[in-house]
Amino acid sequence: MRVPILRLGRVLLTSLPADLTDQQVMDLQIDALALIQAGKADGLVIDITAADVVDSYMARILSETAKMVKIMGGVAVLAGMQPAVALTLVEMGRDMIDMETAFDLEGGVAKVGRMVASRGGRHDEVPTA
Amino acid sequence: MSRSPGFPDPAVLGPAIPGPDVVGPDVVVLRVTSEIDAAEVRQEARRLALRHGFSTVRAHGLATAVSELAMNLVLHTTRGGLIRLTAQDTPDASVIELVAEDDGPGIPDLALAMEDGFSTRGGLGCGLPGTRRLVDSFTITTRVGEGTRIVCQVRRP
Repeated sequence: MRVPILRLGRVLLTSLPADLTDQQVMDLQIDALALIQAGKADGLVIDITAADVVDSYMARILSETAKMVKIMGGVAVLAGMQPAVALTLVEMGRDMIDMETAFDLEGGVAKVGRMVASRGGRHDEVPTA
Repeated sequence: MSRSPGFPDPAVLGPAIPGPDVVGPDVVVLRVTSEIDAAEVRQEARRLALRHGFSTVRAHGLATAVSELAMNLVLHTTRGGLIRLTAQDTPDASVIELVAEDDGPGIPDLALAMEDGFSTRGGLGCGLPGTRRLVDSFTITTRVGEGTRIVCQVRRP
């Protein structure tokens, strides 16, 4: 089953299940990039509240997805990390997660909006006034 | 199949009979061939650790180590492998032993595989070194063409 992607304004929201498969990851990446490319959204918030464990494979998947969104011109933010996950990631090694993060979904949505706005919106418009 | 010293195999002994002061080892064995198996075994690992009095953070660390080793079985072998978790309690401590073994390709350069930043499958290259940092003891034996066996222990006082 595909991981559902919701749209809130110009931000895509998705919540990763605990038992994410490689196929689901690829589908999610393609779906999210297609929506961003079609002009339906400027960014993506990935919620990992449900992810019981973030191992190096999951960390790679998250960082890669963020990089894909970024080179398309969008913004990806990771939200909802559990304290135990953060502790373990730091214990395991450096730079496990290479992407923007936020406390929760709300913060993630705000961060995408702010980051897109700070560079002049989707099309880098010159401010008119 | 080789046995770990001190941890009798329940399959040999039969089901442990719980007594007032004799508690048999708590064992979980799972064959891991897919990502779904990996998700299942790491959830089992967390439950086992919590059942034996490990803190949430330690239980999570063990679950992550199990996840790393299980995902290695999924990604680097064609037939998967076995994950065995054995918890042994003493009056004031508890040890969980984690064994991951497979008959896969083996690791040609072990020193390199244990280095941060080395990866053959496009990973982050911190699977094995990261796992080693999450556990109290870590032993790996590998032979090219025969397989790999990793034994880890986590303890709580």
